[in-house]
Amino acid sequence: MSPRLSSPNLQLNEQGKLKHFLSLEGLKPHHLTEILDTAESFINPQTQEIKKVPLLRGKTIMNLFFEPSTRTLTTFEIAEKRLSADVMNLNISTSATKKGESLLDTLWNLQSMQADMFVIRHAESGAAHFFARHVAPHVHVLNAGDGQHAHPTQAMLDMFTIRKLKGDIFDLKVAIVGDILHSRVARSQIQALSMLEAREIRVIGPKTLIPPFPESLGVHVYHDMKSGLDDVDVVIMLRLQSERMKGALLPSEKEYFNLYGLTEQRLAYAKPDALVMHPGPINRGVEIDSAVADGPQSVILQQVTYGIAVRMAVMAIIMSNAAQLAQAEQENPEETR
Amino acid sequence: MNLIIQQARIIDPSQQLDRQTNLYISRGHVMAIGDQTPDGFVADQVIDAKGKWLIPGLVDMRARLGEPGKNFAGSIASETKAAVAGGITSLCCPPDTDPVADTQAVAELIQRRARQAATAFVLPTGALTKGLEGKLLSNMHSLKQGGCVALSQANQPVENPLVMKNALDYAASQDLLVILRCEDQELKNQGVAHAGMVSTRLGLPSIPTSAETIALARDLILVEESGVRAHFSQISCARSVEMIAQAKQRGLPITCDVAIHQLHLTEMDVMDFDAYTHVSPPFRSQADRDALRMAIKTGIIDAIVSDHTPLGRDDKALPFGESTPGISGLETLLALTLRLVEDQLIDLSQAIKLICQQPASILGIHAGCLQVGYSADCVLIDPERYWTLDRTQMLSAGKNTPFNGWEFNGQVEMTLFQGRPVYKVNEV
Repeated sequence: MSPRLSSPNLQLNEQGKLKHFLSLEGLKPHHLTEILDTAESFINPQTQEIKKVPLLRGKTIMNLFFEPSTRTLTTFEIAEKRLSADVMNLNISTSATKKGESLLDTLWNLQSMQADMFVIRHAESGAAHFFARHVAPHVHVLNAGDGQHAHPTQAMLDMFTIRKLKGDIFDLKVAIVGDILHSRVARSQIQALSMLEAREIRVIGPKTLIPPFPESLGVHVYHDMKSGLDDVDVVIMLRLQSERMKGALLPSEKEYFNLYGLTEQRLAYAKPDALVMHPGPINRGVEIDSAVADGPQSVILQQVTYGIAVRMAVMAIIMSNAAQLAQAEQENPEETR
Repeated sequence: MNLIIQQARIIDPSQQLDRQTNLYISRGHVMAIGDQTPDGFVADQVIDAKGKWLIPGLVDMRARLGEPGKNFAGSIASETKAAVAGGITSLCCPPDTDPVADTQAVAELIQRRARQAATAFVLPTGALTKGLEGKLLSNMHSLKQGGCVALSQANQPVENPLVMKNALDYAASQDLLVILRCEDQELKNQGVAHAGMVSTRLGLPSIPTSAETIALARDLILVEESGVRAHFSQISCARSVEMIAQAKQRGLPITCDVAIHQLHLTEMDVMDFDAYTHVSPPFRSQADRDALRMAIKTGIIDAIVSDHTPLGRDDKALPFGESTPGISGLETLLALTLRLVEDQLIDLSQAIKLICQQPASILGIHAGCLQVGYSADCVLIDPERYWTLDRTQMLSAGKNTPFNGWEFNGQVEMTLFQGRPVYKVNEV
């Protein structure tokens, strides 16, 4: 017999530390807590302002966005600049690949320009894994969202926000509402919440927006907001990804809002101090009512701010792991080989 | 040329033969089987095959050969060489060539190229509809005259049920075999992986089993109405097996096959986004795979095919969903089928039936057995020899296999086509 051997974890280096950041699947809880703890160090508790640090001075980071993005690209860019890296933003959807160049050729060309890290957003699930498999050993890949698969830094900034405002994730009931089927954010959030041992993870939405085997994600499925939000500590609303929807998944946005829109009345089913989160961009009147989006329980803008610290943390950890590994190899080439 | 293959264990289920004896070949045909040399037979060549198995050349009902056109890698010459390295001496190719095999000229071109290569029989399948567009009926009779053994749509659907009904009725009136591959494109919804646990976790656009079963249900009804001889190709899920079993019980003139890779891999093999595991239909759940294996054992599935799809390196050097689905399967069909015997799912005789006798019988061709008077297409196998599949060493122009690194027991030592050795191990 010779079944296929499971591949080694692409994301980890020989010392079991983060080399790429592609997905939360396959990581251990300590990897997540390391990111959360490091992100804390990038936030000045007095002013909430992030100071520029020289950790990535001399490093070149390329943001390769094959899909449009404003928020994620900007926060990555700010994070990179605050770590003192040299930053290049490439909108690949309007450049080389449109001229017929293959993805790999594009990647290898950019790599030849001595990039140290690629931050990649792509419309295909698994694209970040594909890039990580093909980059040179000294180059690192960060997934900034691939298809419907993963958006790990978004999930980590959500965890950071929850931990910051609730003290701990353990013992919390969290509900994720809306378009779970198309959401890379939801998949990563669910993985992070399970790894950090949230007490209960719920997904709420019509059956057309729930993936085929939700139980394999370890979640409880609800099709109505009343029972789904009952007694939860955190409500994460998702954007309806109309651009990914093929076929008739919903009768109308109006009916969707009537059934699943987060209003003040519905928020009252949750715990009185429940947090309201949203990865953005928000669609007022479609998935969330303005009174809630701008209300006292909403932490949507804090998520954005913390996102910078979390992204700084991930990049700093990866580059520091690489430096440690290089040093260990230099000191003891036999043991680290 | 006269040739004797001496003292091989000759296994030919078509004549319930499984014993150590000699096979006599004269002028490319099987002349006799037995311990006694036929009167007047003088051998030009003697092959000592003690300890080896001799089986009929395999008949693969579905292999793309990359010609004519640029849709797939390779050529008839390269792919028939790969075929005989895998013990396959007759291949049936789907009509999704470029141009589509919807004219007698294309069908004849394929056969002419195959005759030039002179390595294996190539049996073209004609398009059921013009251009495989599912709109107008092809010239079925002229395709039959051009040597097409069946009609099919390859992977293209006939979405309009009226066109399908008419196509099946017309094919029935010409006594043509129709090979159907069932997949509802709307339900497929540009999916790339089985709608199951893995696609849910990986966020891969998914294909439910209903994409297959709904199309199968429609086609079974139309087949029943038309009375056409139909062969359902590449079934992939448990429910399809049930439906075909029920239809067979009701007396429908149908048969079916499964691609060999579906009997070994499941959706779990897609877990690390390996583009080599991107196939159509997709690898299904463990339960589906088990049902397919059980259907092989119980005889509900009549044949195993390679679904050989040779692809270039760039077709797979892409993220999973953007890669082209398909496996280069000619060189692993036999080995993976013998693995089913090793797994004690079926016995050797059943295995050979599934890849030799039954596909030939479905296609109505004189192949797949070693009976006297048949073309001497046979495979000599060393049952004790272990080998490891190395993608880079494959003879097919397509190196796209997820079985790279698998170890197999039982290696093709020599393949004879029309009594001529066309492949010898280590002599390529």
